Amino acid sequence: MNNNTSLPQNQSKEKPALKINKFVIGGVLLLAAVVVLVVTSLKGNAQYYLTIDELLASPPGEYSNVRVSGVVIGDTIEYDAQHQVLKFTIANIPGDNAVIEEMGGIAQVLHTASTDPSASRLKIEYHDVKPDLLKNEAQAIVTGHLGEDGVFYAEELLLKCPSKYEEGLPEQSQNSR
Amino acid sequence: MIANIGFGLLVITLVTSLIAVITAVYGVTSKTRAMLETSRLAALSTFPLLSMSVAALLALLLSGKFEYVYVYQTTSLSMPVYLKIAALWGGQQGSLLFWCWLLSGFTFIVLIRKWKQDHDLLPWVIVVTNITLFFFMVLVLFFENPFLKYYILYNGEVITSLFQPFHAITAHPTDGSGLNPLLRHFGMVVHPPMLYLGFVGFIIPFAYAIAALIEGRTDDRWLKATRRWSLMAWLFLSLGLILGSRWAYDVLGWGGYWSWDPVEISAFMPWLTGTAYLHSMVMQDKRGLFKHWNVALIILTFCLVIFGTFLTRSGLFSSVHAFSESQIGPAFFIFIAVMFVASLGLLLYRWSSLSSNYQIKSFFSRESAFLYNNLLFLAIFAICLLGVIFPILSELFTGQQVTVGPQFYESAAGPLFALLLLLMGIVPLTAWSTSSARNLGKTVWKPALLSLVFPILAVVLSAKNWIAVIAIWLAALVICVTLYDYIRSIRLRAANHHEPLWKAFLTLTTRNRRRYGGYIIHLGVALMGMGIIGIEFFQTQTQAMLKQGESLDLSGYTITYRDLQITDTPDGRNVAKAEISISRDNQELKVVYPRIDYYYDSEQAVTIPGLRTTLADDLYIILVDWEPVTSEGATIKVFRNPLMNWFWIGSIVAVIGTLLALWPSTIRKSIAKEEA
Repeated sequence: MNNNTSLPQNQSKEKPALKINKFVIGGVLLLAAVVVLVVTSLKGNAQYYLTIDELLASPPGEYSNVRVSGVVIGDTIEYDAQHQVLKFTIANIPGDNAVIEEMGGIAQVLHTASTDPSASRLKIEYHDVKPDLLKNEAQAIVTGHLGEDGVFYAEELLLKCPSKYEEGLPEQSQNSR
Repeated sequence: MIANIGFGLLVITLVTSLIAVITAVYGVTSKTRAMLETSRLAALSTFPLLSMSVAALLALLLSGKFEYVYVYQTTSLSMPVYLKIAALWGGQQGSLLFWCWLLSGFTFIVLIRKWKQDHDLLPWVIVVTNITLFFFMVLVLFFENPFLKYYILYNGEVITSLFQPFHAITAHPTDGSGLNPLLRHFGMVVHPPMLYLGFVGFIIPFAYAIAALIEGRTDDRWLKATRRWSLMAWLFLSLGLILGSRWAYDVLGWGGYWSWDPVEISAFMPWLTGTAYLHSMVMQDKRGLFKHWNVALIILTFCLVIFGTFLTRSGLFSSVHAFSESQIGPAFFIFIAVMFVASLGLLLYRWSSLSSNYQIKSFFSRESAFLYNNLLFLAIFAICLLGVIFPILSELFTGQQVTVGPQFYESAAGPLFALLLLLMGIVPLTAWSTSSARNLGKTVWKPALLSLVFPILAVVLSAKNWIAVIAIWLAALVICVTLYDYIRSIRLRAANHHEPLWKAFLTLTTRNRRRYGGYIIHLGVALMGMGIIGIEFFQTQTQAMLKQGESLDLSGYTITYRDLQITDTPDGRNVAKAEISISRDNQELKVVYPRIDYYYDSEQAVTIPGLRTTLADDLYIILVDWEPVTSEGATIKVFRNPLMNWFWIGSIVAVIGTLLALWPSTIRKSIAKEEA
C-alpha cells in the first residue's frame, strides 16, 4: 500500500526531450489506430434509420442494410416454430420524436397507426426464435434489407412495448366508484 | 393521507436543499459559522425527509392503493411482496425519487463522518450535492410526481392529478396493471439499486473535486478523502452491470448477456471513465501525476452518470430498456451542459496550480503503462459515445438518421480491449520510474512462456479462429503474469522473514490491500475475458422440432425431449414447462426445464431457458414453441456456450478483489492513532 520506491525529488529537473517524444508518437499512433478502427467499423456496420414511408419511396436496391421502425399488427403474426420462420406486418409510424410528441406520445401513435388502414405497411420475415415482446401495438425496430418481393428480410429484431397504462385510463376504474 | 404527507415532504425537501445551497455559499463567503451550521443541518435533514417520503410511497405500494397512478402502473395484486418493494424503482417516478434518496443518504454519511475533518471543503460539497438534489427534486415534483391520483370527471373522463379537481371523484381500480412481466424477476430487486448506488456514489468524489477547485486546495486531499468512495461506487456500478447481464442470461428476451444496447452502454460509459479514474488516481497518489486528468475524469464521470440516468429514463433511444417515454429530456440536457461547462471552467481556472512537478521518464515504466491504460479506456469510451449519439449526429449533419449495431462496437472496441489485456499482463512486472524493454523482457519471459500453453491447448482442441487464439493468449498472459508476480513476492517474503508460505501470503495481502486487491480484480477480469471469448467465438447452436422421446445432438451432447406440462398458476400465468434430459455417452447428466410463462393480464410471454452449467461449457436450452393440443411435440433451440461460467466466476473474483482493496486498513488506523 505504501510506496515501494521513494520518489527522488530532483528527478523532475532533468527532462529528456527524446523520451517525451516517444509518448507523443505512442499517443498519436493510438489515436490513429482508434480513428482507423472507428472508420472501418462504421463503414461495415452503419445503417440508415428510415420510416416505412421513406423506405417504400426509395428506389429499389438503394439501401442494402437499413433499419426500419413500425408498429406490429397483432393479427398478422405467423410463426412456423419448426423452421423458426417468423412473419408479421408492421405499419408506418413517424420517425420524428417531435411529431410523435405532438400526436400524443408514442403509445398513442402506435395505437393509431395499428388501426389506421391508410398507413403504409411492410411485411417482415425473420428467422429466429420469436421474441417475447412481439405482440399487437408493440414497436418493432428491424434491421435488414427489402427484398425484390416487397418483403423485408430482417436480421435483427428489437421490440419496445409502451406500458399499457400510458394509454391513459385504467379500465377497472370505469366500473367502480 | 399518506400520499399527502409523502408529497408534502418532497416539497419541504426541495426547499431544504435550496436553503442548504444558499446558506453554504453565504456562510463561506461571509465566514459565518452559524450559516454554515444551518447549511449542514439543512443538508443533513434532506435524508430523513426523503426517507419518510420513500416510506410513504412504499406503504402505498405494499397496501395496493391502486387509485395512485404509480401504484397502479407498477404493482398488481398477484405480485409477490419483494416485487412490490422493487416497484419503488420499477417506474420512472419512483426511480427518480429513489435516486434522490440515495444522493441525500450519501451526503448524510459524508457530513456525519467528515464535517470536522474536511470543514473547508464540505460546504462546497453540500453545494454540489444539493444543487444536484434540487434539480432532481424539481423533476420529481413538477414532471414525474409519484403521488398522482386518478380522478373521474363529471363527464366520465379519467384524469391524473395531484389534487381533487372540482366535481370529480376518486377512481378506485380494483387491481393494478403491474410491472412488465420481463421485470418480474429477482434481478429487478438487485440490478437497478446496485446501478443507482454506483451512479450516485460517483457524485461524492465529484463534489469533493469541485470543492477543492473552488477552495484552491489543489493538493491530493480531495482525491485521498474520496478514494474509498470512488472504489465503492465503482464496485456497485460493476455489480449493477454484472447482475444486469446475469439477468439477461437467465431470462431470454433481453438478448443474451450483453447486447450493446444504448442503455447498457450508457451505464457502461461512466464505468469506463470511472475505471480510468481509479487507475490514474493511483498515479496522483504515488507519483503526483495526472492531476488535471483526474479532475477531468471525475467531471466526465459525473456528467455520464447524469446522462446515464437520463438515457435509462428518457426512452430517447431504441432499447430493450426503454419502458417509458418522458418529457424530461431537455431539462437533463440543460443540467448536464451547465454542470459540465461550470466544472470545466473551474478546472481551467485552477489549471496552473494543478501542474505536477514530475515527468514520466521511461516508456516501459509503470507510469507509462498507467498512462496507456487511461488512453485506452478513454478511447473505448469515445467509441461508445460515438455509437450512442451517432443517430443524432448523422441526423444533424445529413438529415438522415444512421444507427450502428453491436458489430460496430465489437469491431471498433474489440482490439482496444485486447490491448488492455496486454497492458494488464505486462504491468505487474514493470518498475516505477525507470524500466527498460530489456529489464521487462527478463522478468516477463517465464510467465509469458507458460501462458502460451493456453492458446496451444485451444488450437489442439480445434480452435481455428486466430483472433480467438490471440485473445485466449492475452487473457492467459494476465493470469500467468499476475499469479507469477504474486507467488514470487510471497516466496521472497517467506524467505526474508522466515515465515511459512501461507503466513507470508496473508501478511503480504493484508499489508498491500490495494495492490493485491487490484491483482485479484485483474485475475477476475481475465477470467471474465475467457468467458466472453468462449461465448463470442465458440458458441454452437442447433434447433429441432422433437416429438416425445426424440433427441438431437450438439457437440457430443444428446438432448432428449421427454415431456411437457401446461399449468395455470394462481398469479395469472400460463406456464408451459418442458422436461428435457441432457446426456453424454448414454449417461444422463441433468434434466432441465425450459419454460414459457404467458402472463394473461399483459398478454405477454416470458421465455426462461433451461441451463446446465459446468466449468467447461453451458448448455442453454430454450423452449421455442409447443403443440397446443396434444403437447406431443415441441421445438427447442440449444446453445452450447463454452467457458461461459468463467465469466461469472471471474466477476465474483473481481468483486472479492475490490472488497479487499476497500477493506479499511487497520494497520494504517493504528499508526494514525499512535501519531495522534
